[in-house]
Amino acid sequence: MRSGRLAKIVLAAVFVALLATPLVRKRWAAHRQDGKLKLEASQALTRYGLHFQEVAQASGITFVHQAPTLDHKLKHIMPQVASMGAGASVVDFDRDGWQDIYLTNSGEGSKNCLYRNLGDGGFKDVAGELGIADVNQVGTGVSMGAVWGDYDNDGYEDLFLYKWGRPELFHNDGGRSFTPVTEQAGLPAWVNANTAIWFDYDSDGQLDLFMGGYYSEAIDLWHLQTTKMMPESFEYAKNGGRKYLFHNLGGGKFEEVSSKLGIDSRRWALAAAAGDLRGTGHQDLFIANDYGISELYFNDGKQFHEVGEQTGVGFTPKSGMTAAFGDILNQGKYAIYVSNISEDGVLIQGNNLWLPREGTSGDDLRYDNLARALGVEMGGWSWGMQFGDLNNDGTLDVYLTNGYVSADRNKSYWYDFSKVAGGNSTIISDAANWPAMEGRSLSGYQQKRVWLNDGAGKFNDVAQAVGATDTYDGRSVALADLWNRGVLDVIVTNQRGPLLIYKNTVTPENKWIDFELEGTASNRGALGAEVKLFWSGRQQVQTVSGGSGFCSQNQRRLHFGLGKNTQIEKAVVRWPSGKTQTVENPAIGQVNKVKEAA
Amino acid sequence: MSQSPRESAITTPLEVGKPRGFRLDPRYVAPLFITFILLVGHLSYGILESYDKTALAIASAIVTELVLGRIFFGKWLNLASAYITGISVGILVRSPAYWPFLLCSVISIMSKYVLRVKGRHIWNPSNFGIAVLLFLAPETMAVLSIQWGNNLLPIVVIWALGSIIIWRARRFHISATYVVSFFLFAFLRSWITGHPWQAEVAPITGPMYQLFVFFMITDPKTTVRSRMAQCVVAFCVAFVEFLLRLNQIVYAPIYALFLVGPAANLIEIWLDSRREKGVVSVTA
Repeated sequence: MRSGRLAKIVLAAVFVALLATPLVRKRWAAHRQDGKLKLEASQALTRYGLHFQEVAQASGITFVHQAPTLDHKLKHIMPQVASMGAGASVVDFDRDGWQDIYLTNSGEGSKNCLYRNLGDGGFKDVAGELGIADVNQVGTGVSMGAVWGDYDNDGYEDLFLYKWGRPELFHNDGGRSFTPVTEQAGLPAWVNANTAIWFDYDSDGQLDLFMGGYYSEAIDLWHLQTTKMMPESFEYAKNGGRKYLFHNLGGGKFEEVSSKLGIDSRRWALAAAAGDLRGTGHQDLFIANDYGISELYFNDGKQFHEVGEQTGVGFTPKSGMTAAFGDILNQGKYAIYVSNISEDGVLIQGNNLWLPREGTSGDDLRYDNLARALGVEMGGWSWGMQFGDLNNDGTLDVYLTNGYVSADRNKSYWYDFSKVAGGNSTIISDAANWPAMEGRSLSGYQQKRVWLNDGAGKFNDVAQAVGATDTYDGRSVALADLWNRGVLDVIVTNQRGPLLIYKNTVTPENKWIDFELEGTASNRGALGAEVKLFWSGRQQVQTVSGGSGFCSQNQRRLHFGLGKNTQIEKAVVRWPSGKTQTVENPAIGQVNKVKEAA
Repeated sequence: MSQSPRESAITTPLEVGKPRGFRLDPRYVAPLFITFILLVGHLSYGILESYDKTALAIASAIVTELVLGRIFFGKWLNLASAYITGISVGILVRSPAYWPFLLCSVISIMSKYVLRVKGRHIWNPSNFGIAVLLFLAPETMAVLSIQWGNNLLPIVVIWALGSIIIWRARRFHISATYVVSFFLFAFLRSWITGHPWQAEVAPITGPMYQLFVFFMITDPKTTVRSRMAQCVVAFCVAFVEFLLRLNQIVYAPIYALFLVGPAANLIEIWLDSRREKGVVSVTA
């Protein structure tokens, strides 16, 4: 009798303790998050090795993104639909050694900007005088993003502009002007695209182009024939835009070959990235899709094979917003990051960090999502991100921006959003069924993430501590050494908001080394070339990228942080042509220029 | 508050009438059906975060039931009920973390042993566990709220099969009352808010409602006894959900059942107690 009563008391006590567990865990987690506290610059520098200062206005950059105004049938949910278009891509368009910034705008009649880096700390918009500003004219659609690649190997990177509308290709005439060459190139008349990347999929020395549609290309968002243009499902939609793979034929002409080569998808693509994931010498293609699973295409140089489900990255559907590759564990292998949506108490997708499973490689490569274990999972309504060694400590960190619609702080659209998002396809796919937003926010005013890699398999968010304190509706993130100081500065675009430039100050104790590559047999811009750096028993691999993240492109120059090491063993360059080249003992603290050996 | 639990009050899942020539123990029909839903959903559309998490939820529920059954009854209990709780948690809980699956299952099963009045547990176990964790850990977990693909066929099949099973279990009236009430209140909400009626009806087309309608509100051990009272309770759940939805509570049905279910049970227990006292005083 007494023992029975005791058992009940013990049971009740355990029950109460279990109920208290989430609260205790929450307090403990908050206690550990000292990176959430704002710090003085000197304190941040001492503790984390870096500090950001937002300097866009001070540098002469006054860009503010404008969103489009689409068909009036979408007026009730306009902020939700017209929610993209703030893109940023880094380029040294005039080859003066200073990184410039191209920004896309999306208001009808608005101007895109090319901020030329003056080399004196300031920037000047030269897009208008060079002919690449007035690209959002009524009837031609509006810009979503841009990627740069030297498609004709003349040494100057050309501009590909993807839009909800007519895509445009501009030839760079020696850094002095740009010539529209869209028609000669054979590009389609209308695509509602949200991603494009340059890469040489067949390693023929000429850059090819991938472009991913979001809305169906049959839709003119300014003249809707029907309101049934929304995704047919929140996580299984296949009624998005088609994909395009343009094979570079030379002479400024391209041939569309996606279906022929095995890329045939109508998922809602928001981001793409290319990299040699298997060490085959060919660039594999990863596509992050909104409203569904990601897709991974293994490339054998002639054909693409979709292996998302087989490799593990394409089974559980989420809301893919960004895609980027990074050797975060310094193993010479790429992890793949995909951002998704998380909102407390409503939708907890968590971002994905796909790491190659130990013991798998080649065609048997498998991935595990270790975002939670490594601490880079919860980023709110996440958008663009990039890998980069932000504090030069020798490991890649993560910068992530987020936030969807910041309107009325006290009113949320989440209830109505989730109500319809969970509905059958006949309901969700018709914009007329979506309740009016009426000025309400949807995951607005979110804090950004700067996840520092501790080198031991954990990332810690220090955004507030190091000065990344904005709460705009972030979209794209691009990394570049804007002032040639041996650090990565951060460029962030915001939907309906100002461009932000976080100038990075890094502790001088941490050393660095950069590489600029030029192909000869390979494409001249060396997109797809890898540098594997060896130092102090460590290694790290990076690829020259023709676009990654969400509507963004980092500098082509590869930046490696080295920590306190002053000696590099070697750098091994593997070119898209298949050649390898070893640079012994490269000098640190400078940009090493490497030309592909004949 | 609690009295000694009766074993049958802990472990009896939905019992389905035995068809002639069909020897399957009726206690296992519901577990098999919910397993079928899980397999169809996952193999077709990958609805689960992973097999590991669902397995963890099921194992946690089963182990908890075994341990508590051994302590309080001195024997190993039938595990059909614990399995339903575990698999419901495994399907409904959406979290990238493992611990919510474990904690939710354990809390759900323990609630049957701790939160008791006059020998009855008053909350549906998985409803209790999920509602509590949604309230206490919203930053870590949510509830399955998306569609299983875009094809209407799986939805039709699950609703049809579920209806047949519930019919044989003589609890179809509960589900039917709730569904009809939901639609009525959906149209009323549409009229009040001005939102399209399709938006108000949309949630019930999702998989969360399939589990909710067939397994949570019909749970024999946490519903009242009389047929009419069961219908009234189902209507009340829909009504409270209506009020919560007007206040933009995302998981309104979970919270509505959390509030109405125990209230109805407590009223019935109180009425039983009065009746018993009346019988005693009369016989005395």
